[in-house]
Amino acid sequence: MFLKYLASTDHKVIGLLYGFTSLLFLLVGFVLVLVIRWQLAYPGDPVPLIGGWLGEANAPGGIVLPEFYNQLGAMHGTIMVFLGVVPLAVGAFGNYLVPLQIGAPDMAFPRLNLASYWCYVAGGAVMLASFFVPGGAANNGWTSYAPLSDLAPGAGQTMWLAGMLFIICSSLLGALNVITTIVQLRAPGMTWFRLPFFVWAQFITAFLLLLAFPALQAAAILQGMDRLAGTSFFLPSGLAVSGQRLEVAGGGNALLWQHLFWFLGHPEVYVLILPAMGIVAEVVANNTRKPLWGYRVMVYSLFVLGVLSFVVWAHHMFLTGMGTAVSAFFQTTTMIISIPSVVILSSLMLSLHGGSIRFTTPMLFALAFLPMFGIGGLTGLPLGLATTDIALHDTNYVVGHFHYLVAPGTIFALFAGIYHWFPRVTGRMLNDWLGRIHFAGSLVCMNVIFLPMFVQGLAGVNRRLWDGGAEYVHAQEVLYLNVPMSMAAFALAVFQLFFIANLFLSLRGGPAAEPNPWRATTLEWRTGGEPVRVYRDPYAYSVPGAPSDFVPQYQAEPQRAGA
Amino acid sequence: MIEWLGVPVAGAAHAGDVDQVMALVHWLMLVLLVGWGVFFVYALVRFRRTAHPVASYDGLRGRWSAWLEGGVLLAEVVLLAFFSIPVWSARVDAFPSERESVVVRVVAEQFAWNVHYPGSDGRFGRTDLVLVGPANPLGLDRTDPAAQDDVTTINQLHLPVNRPAIVYLSSKDMVHSFTLPQMRIKQDAIPGLIQPVWFTPTEPGEWEIACSQLCGLAHYRMRGFYTIHTQDEYEAWLVEEAAAQAGP
Ligand code: HEM
Ligand SMILES: [Cu+2]
Ligand SMILES: [Cu+2]
Repeated sequence: MFLKYLASTDHKVIGLLYGFTSLLFLLVGFVLVLVIRWQLAYPGDPVPLIGGWLGEANAPGGIVLPEFYNQLGAMHGTIMVFLGVVPLAVGAFGNYLVPLQIGAPDMAFPRLNLASYWCYVAGGAVMLASFFVPGGAANNGWTSYAPLSDLAPGAGQTMWLAGMLFIICSSLLGALNVITTIVQLRAPGMTWFRLPFFVWAQFITAFLLLLAFPALQAAAILQGMDRLAGTSFFLPSGLAVSGQRLEVAGGGNALLWQHLFWFLGHPEVYVLILPAMGIVAEVVANNTRKPLWGYRVMVYSLFVLGVLSFVVWAHHMFLTGMGTAVSAFFQTTTMIISIPSVVILSSLMLSLHGGSIRFTTPMLFALAFLPMFGIGGLTGLPLGLATTDIALHDTNYVVGHFHYLVAPGTIFALFAGIYHWFPRVTGRMLNDWLGRIHFAGSLVCMNVIFLPMFVQGLAGVNRRLWDGGAEYVHAQEVLYLNVPMSMAAFALAVFQLFFIANLFLSLRGGPAAEPNPWRATTLEWRTGGEPVRVYRDPYAYSVPGAPSDFVPQYQAEPQRAGA
Repeated sequence: MIEWLGVPVAGAAHAGDVDQVMALVHWLMLVLLVGWGVFFVYALVRFRRTAHPVASYDGLRGRWSAWLEGGVLLAEVVLLAFFSIPVWSARVDAFPSERESVVVRVVAEQFAWNVHYPGSDGRFGRTDLVLVGPANPLGLDRTDPAAQDDVTTINQLHLPVNRPAIVYLSSKDMVHSFTLPQMRIKQDAIPGLIQPVWFTPTEPGEWEIACSQLCGLAHYRMRGFYTIHTQDEYEAWLVEEAAAQAGP
């Protein structure tokens, strides 16, 4: 009975499988970072409660060893990005909603869809299993820079590479499927500019995945050969490790890895945020009761973002020894790419103007996304200028910057999506008060965690430090911030319990939802099985003269008032 | 602005330039954040359902967002063309002549900074991987005449104030990142490559070298020290070290 679901090719079932699995991975990634945060606030003190479960080799007496700290960091990043956020945003939301929103019966390739899910599970299982092999999981950062990763002892890094190959395979299959579905299976009348913005965001995201991941796939295979087959694609000649000359073939190039990694890595960050923007756009339009402001321009901006995201990657590498011309190129592309992001963010902001704003729980998360994402985007500017990057590169400023984008940014958008579409999926409403507590608590905690990172980073405190910087004199003045930051992280965990409880309680006991509880216009809220036809733009809210404040896309004529 | 940002003291000639860009870009960020924030709060209050029960289909009129985007673009172009690119170019293109500068090699390894001075002859002695060992992390060939007067230290970089310093940076093993926060210097040390970095210290003082690139389990304590001396102090230090290292 249960097994039937695990082999179903129905996009809704696969979407739910993705959703459930990715939420679990988000939880795992979060628990790892709680240990990190404990260690940063109280370096060398035994981890309370769960310290004993971390393993004697990793944390003797509950005290996190530096080796293990690095595992936690690398795996937190990897799990959050590749096994948590992307599968939730693309695998779950994309799978569940794209076919419904375009009026397709299913994804174009239902079996590929299932294969994609199981590749993802395999990748995740390999990643998790790597914690239990001798030497533990990969501990070279989620970026796996060579030669450190090439030469890392133990099986952890090799398993990381194998896991990534599965994950990449999964994403490529998924991306092909999304693209084909959107191109081929739109319902009659669903022209390109009648697509909900969410579908556009998924469409561009799929192209990013499809075109960027192969670079990392190749790189992972090369690194695997360096580790297993004695090649040295990423190892130059003349290395000496621990005072010992290293006998390797040599002739490789350590920087090559960075280029290949970031060729994926930068588009990947747009993979993390575009679907989030898509969700926020849907929730904002629905809860302002008016069309999105500048829908077409927003769509064009997505295209520009998608294309440009392939030519900014080396802004992660300004300090590897770049000349003026190359650095000028990558600084300029990086500044230019900020413009379409500004366009999308301002359009969402301006969409509020003239609205009749309902502060529903999904709307609260979507609204909070806007300034949080704004802070994340703005703090990208000094990192995108090579000059200021000298001071900020690899400091906690960077950690603050991208977490504002992905944690109170993307994660909030995903929460907004869950609160918004839960009634569509389950037929029940989530509890509003639990939702509001979850929202308010998370918003405060997120800011207390991440805002001080800018202060630390400006003071020069580096990231990825086992002791949070305690070793350095220049860190002393801002070190105290680590304690409130960590406290907020633990409080954030407590507030997530409200969310988890809400999910499970409402699944059974939530009030029954009407078929279209938010009075939304898009096709996923349609009831009845008759073939669908699309008659209008996606956000026909508050159309002058219409009898109600929304006209669904599938409704033939807005009955004129008085007609 | 730069005082509020709490950056480390500025101790090099170009630090002011870096800090200026830092201040300007943070001004831009602040203006945008406040502008957006004010609009955001206004919109939420003014257009809440109870205050505005019927939404307007057309929404905001006018080309507000085009102005905003144009303004942001303009500010970014100015920052790039007049500040960031010229400052960067001065860092990487306008190297001072070696004759006027203090030239040192810094070789990073897990988890230390090896510093190599050419000594009074101004020539670095030959190094060879075969000679690398615990007592000789640089693999310096002391039989080479050019190496006789060379000075090597571990985790101790000494430089004179007000004279350009050129550091030839390399790594024996992993990618490290050579960071002198007060000099506004950060440069990755990448095995297989030799990267020159230069700066002119303007403040005497004693500070720390940090490693900014994850390089293994003791990355967090890959810390060195650097001292900016007056010219006389610096020469005295060099003579003393050379004498101590000349060996029996
Ligand atoms: C909301 C809870 C989160 C908290 C409290 C948190 C905290 C942290 C901290 C403190 C670090 C730095 C560790 C270090 O420098 O040693 C870090 C690194 C990182 N985080 Fe998060 N994070 C959270 C969510 C996320 C999410 C949702 C993502 C991705 C979508 C993410 C991606 C990353 C990445 C990629 C790194 C870099 C890992 C590396 O150093 O290689 N984090 N996180
Ligand atoms: Cu990037
Ligand atoms: Cu290092």
